[in-house]
Amino acid sequence: MALVRKDLALELRTKEAVPAMFLFSVSTFVLFRFGLDRTTLEGDLASGVLWVTLLFAAVLGMNRLFVAEREEGGFDAFLLAPVDRTSLFVAKAAVLFGFLVAVELAAVPVFALLLLGPSPVGALPELLAVLVLADLGIAIVGTLVGALAVQTRARDLIVPLLALPLVTPVVIAAGQATAPLLAEAGAAALPGRWLGVLGLYDLVFGLLALAVFDFLLED
Amino acid sequence: MASATEPAVELTGLGRAYGERTALEGVTLSLAAGATLAVFGANGAGKSTLLRILATLLRPHSGRARVLGADLPEGGWSVRGRVGLLAHDPLLYRELSAQENLVFHARLHGVEAARVPALLEQVGMLGRAREPVRTLSRGMAQRVAICRAVLHAPELLLLDEPLANLDPGAAAAVAPLIGRKAGPARVVISHDVEHGLAEADLVLGLRGGRPALLAPAGEVSAADVRALYA
Repeated sequence: MALVRKDLALELRTKEAVPAMFLFSVSTFVLFRFGLDRTTLEGDLASGVLWVTLLFAAVLGMNRLFVAEREEGGFDAFLLAPVDRTSLFVAKAAVLFGFLVAVELAAVPVFALLLLGPSPVGALPELLAVLVLADLGIAIVGTLVGALAVQTRARDLIVPLLALPLVTPVVIAAGQATAPLLAEAGAAALPGRWLGVLGLYDLVFGLLALAVFDFLLED
Repeated sequence: MASATEPAVELTGLGRAYGERTALEGVTLSLAAGATLAVFGANGAGKSTLLRILATLLRPHSGRARVLGADLPEGGWSVRGRVGLLAHDPLLYRELSAQENLVFHARLHGVEAARVPALLEQVGMLGRAREPVRTLSRGMAQRVAICRAVLHAPELLLLDEPLANLDPGAAAAVAPLIGRKAGPARVVISHDVEHGLAEADLVLGLRGGRPALLAPAGEVSAADVRALYA
């Protein structure tokens, strides 16, 4: 908890990650609106635009996740403490998950106002379930990639190059699960199998991350 | 915990390389519990590498390193939390205040946060405790970093130029925490030859990563140490 509290305090003080992620999302929605020359979207297209935008916004958060640890000696301070190294992964993943939720609380309503044809209000619980499962997967992979990339000089390049292919299954599953919720004819039933895919992805990558994170902190 | 008779640090042929470059080679010494090792050497001589190995932040590539009774790197987990490192970087978050930084480190080390104000007062920083570290002078940040290094009452202090940026008043204020009478064994990197010798029980001089001088402090003159920088 000390690690999470410290990161939230730093974000509140610096406002580096969440505002940038939100502004990026809104800018991208505006670009899609003009690029597609459409005032309203629904179904597959709406779902695709939403998830691609949220994913690119998440990359900004991944890039910033370990910067203070790297530049201000946080890694050394952490490694000097009698603390299980896995706790750093859990804390950072929780922080990135929190950043994603905070961004989505503001960005999804903006998306609905700017681009979405059908109202998502009727399908809100299902949409929330997809968002939570997808955010969890993005946070797990993003933390792993962020920790790996921050050790390199080309951090800004490494994060998208590694993260985007790794989270492609999340975009596919979340996109497929969200599309019927944003259908023109009104929200259809949530495809359970895509939720299952998201849950399985979170489980597999969660276990994988716990297994390999220690090695990323070795000199 | 290491027994009182067991050396705090025992090194045998210790070496470390960065790629092709040898940073440290053939360091052999034994430092008794509660004793002070002064490390001298020009820039790039391997002093900081030695300190980082002892702190478990770097793996030794050759030889043997035993710290507080544990062999490194495999026993590193039992050493963490028992060493206090004061490095070049203060290891403080610039956007957090001195108080917030120290409370964070107290939680990491499982130490009562109530110890923080007393430490800050001891180094004369209580009045600036709530200001972000980025607004503090280097000397002030160094005082806070010293509080961080001793917050958990370490058994071994690893100090890289601990008095850098400190005025005489601040140096006197931190002496009870990191000075000779503080209690723990100490490894001190210093460029202040006279002060370093006065504080030391054992002297190690490094040149190009290799030991050029290793002797009890009483047998080493300031001229011997200055020769390392020639």
